[in-house]
Amino acid sequence: MIVFLLYLVIFGLAYVAYRFWERSRHHIHDFASLKTVTFGDESAVSPNRFASVVSIIALFAIWGAFTGSVITPLHVPGPFVGDTSFTYTARNAAGETDDAVAHLRVYRVGEDVPLPEVSDKPHAFAVDDAVKIGAWRSVLSRLNENDIGGDDPGYSLIAIDGQPIAPGETVRFSDGEITMTNKGSLSIKPDKGWQMEPIWLPAPEAVLSRLGEIASQGYKNFSLWEHLGYSLGRVIAGFVIGSIIGIPLGYAMGLSNWFRGWFDPIVEFMRPVPPLALIPLIIIWFGIGEEGKVILLFLAALWIMTIAARAGVSGVRISKVHAAYSLGASKWQILRHVIVPNSLPEIFTGARVAMGVCWGTVVAAELVAADRGAGMMIVNASKFQLTDIVILGIILIGIIGYGIDILMRMAEKWLVPWKGRG
Amino acid sequence: MGDLVIDTLSMRFDLPNGSSVQALKNVSLKLAKGELLAVLGPSGCGKTTLLNIVAGFLAPTDGQVTLNGRKVTGPGPERGMVFQQGALFEWMNVRRNISFGPDMAGRPASETRPIVDNLLRTVGLQDFGEKMIYELSGGMQQRVALARCLANDPDVILMDEPLGALDALTREKMQGLVLKLWKETGKTIILITHSVEEALLLGERLLVMAPRPGRIHKEYRLPFAEMGVGRDLRLVKKEPEFGQRREEILGMIWDMEEEIMGRQEETA
Ligand SMILES: Nc1ncnc2c1ncn2[C@@H]1O[C@H](COP(=O)(O)OP(=O)(O)OP(=O)(O)O)[C@@H](O)[C@H]1O
Ligand SMILES: [Mg+2]
Repeated sequence: MIVFLLYLVIFGLAYVAYRFWERSRHHIHDFASLKTVTFGDESAVSPNRFASVVSIIALFAIWGAFTGSVITPLHVPGPFVGDTSFTYTARNAAGETDDAVAHLRVYRVGEDVPLPEVSDKPHAFAVDDAVKIGAWRSVLSRLNENDIGGDDPGYSLIAIDGQPIAPGETVRFSDGEITMTNKGSLSIKPDKGWQMEPIWLPAPEAVLSRLGEIASQGYKNFSLWEHLGYSLGRVIAGFVIGSIIGIPLGYAMGLSNWFRGWFDPIVEFMRPVPPLALIPLIIIWFGIGEEGKVILLFLAALWIMTIAARAGVSGVRISKVHAAYSLGASKWQILRHVIVPNSLPEIFTGARVAMGVCWGTVVAAELVAADRGAGMMIVNASKFQLTDIVILGIILIGIIGYGIDILMRMAEKWLVPWKGRG
Repeated sequence: MGDLVIDTLSMRFDLPNGSSVQALKNVSLKLAKGELLAVLGPSGCGKTTLLNIVAGFLAPTDGQVTLNGRKVTGPGPERGMVFQQGALFEWMNVRRNISFGPDMAGRPASETRPIVDNLLRTVGLQDFGEKMIYELSGGMQQRVALARCLANDPDVILMDEPLGALDALTREKMQGLVLKLWKETGKTIILITHSVEEALLLGERLLVMAPRPGRIHKEYRLPFAEMGVGRDLRLVKKEPEFGQRREEILGMIWDMEEEIMGRQEETA
């Protein structure tokens, strides 16, 4: 919630700052800036690159600020770390009271620290305690255990730093909270601050160093490139096979009554079934090997490509076909020189969708069952609470998916420059 | 020989709801080689249907079309077609669009290249051969469509409102071009138009059609096309006879439209 508000504030501030800066700057007179009406004219809206950059920086800054990262100088308060203490007051069976000090040492999990040193001499009958607590954690401690007569019935702790406490109650001490359980033990919780614990959200540099580590040493018997390469390879194999079968099938459905009639029910039935719903069946039939995954992705791509090709054929203007006939083209020539090129824009749109769906599906399939792949990497890491690998995996999956789409768009621009200009 | 003969052509469309439309009824017509026929008529009187039958895209329910003594049974390169718009292949450049017919016939590039160069010059697009279709204006695109049709050297050119989507000025220029091409190539041309002026200017013969059923209402032989060749068409329009004919035909079509509207109101 706080993070979200903070993000909104950054958004607003960046916008105001940008407008301010822009006003003081000489204007470039490109076509869009010469338009007098831009609001509501979608063609006049292009992404503001400045905003994109600030947006990404803001995301990393917030991430860094909440994880105590080195990449940003500003941090939200972190957990308490270091030595602190509080005084407790005990009452023994005879009704006398005495004070002792509990010395706490809060350390970063993973570091090796000794217990704080305390004298074991009783004040009257209460004895000082030493307690070690990991940051973000809490400990349950019976401080009366080492006191003289501390195990007698009737011996109890009655106050912390002078504040009375009873079972079920919570009081604050200088650096945290203490709750007394029903059995009289103390649950000591040093302040956690606002930062996230690394097992929830590691700092960006932790993810980066994990990237270096996995890139050089691999993860679970396979190098990072093998994991990603296998995922990508499955997608490409499934997509290519799906296209090789789907596109001609779509053409046939667009050109022949018989094919349209025969395959319409199948295509229309399979289209709304999400590929993810097929995963269990595919595993039952083909196991968790490569074969099943490629078949799954093939099925994911097949219907999309079939429908795209069919739409491409039905989208051809009849006057183009008529013109070609009048110019003496044969059926085959019309297919080759009119129908196929005319359907390419639709097919490219379909291919972009199919690649996106396949990429999502392969990761999901690997989450369920795989011995290598990007999805396998993140489920496996999540089982061992290696959150940095999980986040690394998610980032890589996002980057690759985005990269695929950019490549497809570039190919589209290059191969079908007439798209949308018929 | 060399004639296009349209013999008692009838066309009925059976609609899925059981009723039917008589788009053409007993249309007969004979065109000699090199004649330019303009076809006028209110919307829905079967002009496009007639042209599609001549082109071979539709089979008539009755009657037949013969060209040079041979019956028309389907589309063929001896009958070229120029559409209103959007019939060019936008995945090819101008040059490849124009050479499409010869290319499909398998003629070598060395042979078609000079033909295309020649046509580009004829339609005034010599500098646009390598441009893509979507880089051209509407008027330029129609000139490409004309050139593409001519490259195939058809006997008959069929045009369905080829200039309908152009602005008035471009349209006037294009009318001059059509006349010029007609004279230079000696092609038989059927041209459908909605503009009475255009029909008068271009039609050596003029057919006015009437709807329900689609039929020939009146036929004219006109001097204006001959007059207009190589001249400023605006001068032709100033001829007293031109104005007279225009009023006459406008009135005729107006009456037909009125009758249709009236009939629709009755049935409504
Ligand atoms: N494929 C078809 N199916 C059913 N009816 C049709 C079909 N094509 C044309 N018609 C009907 O035949 C009649 C003539 O149509 P046509 O397109 O030839 O008219 P038109 O004279 O070209 O009209 P416009 O000037 O508007 O282009 C119309 O009533 C139309 O509804
Ligand atoms: Mg029409």
